[in-house]
Amino acid sequence: MPVLARTLEAAGLATILVTPMPFWAEKIGVPRTLAVEFPFGHTLGQPHDTVQQTRVIRQALAVLETARAPGTIVHSPETWPVVQRDALKSWQPDEPSPIVQIMAPRFLEMMRQQRRRKV
Amino acid sequence: MPVDSFKYLPRLIAAFYRTIERQPELPIPWTPLPRPLPGCTFGLVTSGGLYHRDVEPPFDVAREKQEPTWGDPTYRTIPTDVRQAEVAVSHLHINTRGVLSDVNILLPVHRLQELAAEGHVRGLTDHAYSFMGYQGFPPDTTAWQETYGPQVAEKLKAEGADCVLLTPA
Repeated sequence: MPVLARTLEAAGLATILVTPMPFWAEKIGVPRTLAVEFPFGHTLGQPHDTVQQTRVIRQALAVLETARAPGTIVHSPETWPVVQRDALKSWQPDEPSPIVQIMAPRFLEMMRQQRRRKV
Repeated sequence: MPVDSFKYLPRLIAAFYRTIERQPELPIPWTPLPRPLPGCTFGLVTSGGLYHRDVEPPFDVAREKQEPTWGDPTYRTIPTDVRQAEVAVSHLHINTRGVLSDVNILLPVHRLQELAAEGHVRGLTDHAYSFMGYQGFPPDTTAWQETYGPQVAEKLKAEGADCVLLTPA
């Protein structure tokens, strides 16, 4: 999505990206970003929590209005009201995605090899 | 406190991401906000894999299941007066229960309508646009950058958008 922010901005639209992954916004270079520490798939807040959703959107609008230079990243003070372990589990699909099913065993093996080299 | 990008990532994916070294291509594009927010018409773009149920087809997750290193780069068009029951999602990388119960967590059509009614913004374009965030492994965003992103930009401008709120999944 950071590349779409760049594409739309280059086409003459002022953009604001709200993302739980400012890591990518920084690496790819996004005009304006509001970072939120929320689980994936819940970028603007919890379902039906209209107060929180509106608060996040108004923070995003403030970044859109006040950012003066490309690459601006503002970190939202919002917190997620569910404990991390449960939130980490609940955003993920019931069945791992096709690529994760293929790659997970390979990553595990890579990490095992790295650990062996360090020993 | 700065946001921790890795807080909700499974350990394996976080470990992989941390190995990636990448610098932004400069300059980062910049379009100044053309007028104060109360005069601005907003476009909404998500990468949550949303689509207009029974009107447009889902994203091609059937092909992704056959070919897991590929992700559908096309986009879907959703009227901004869409009702919750008309929203469907095809995305194999997130749990879709939340957005199927409240579209506003990824495509805030109702929240922006409220902000417009209160005079904080002018309003929304007639349509929002939805992509599906998984663009293959390794990710290839060429079609987004060269074809589908520019198409969506032109459609949003034709509908009067001044600015765009982007909400990835």
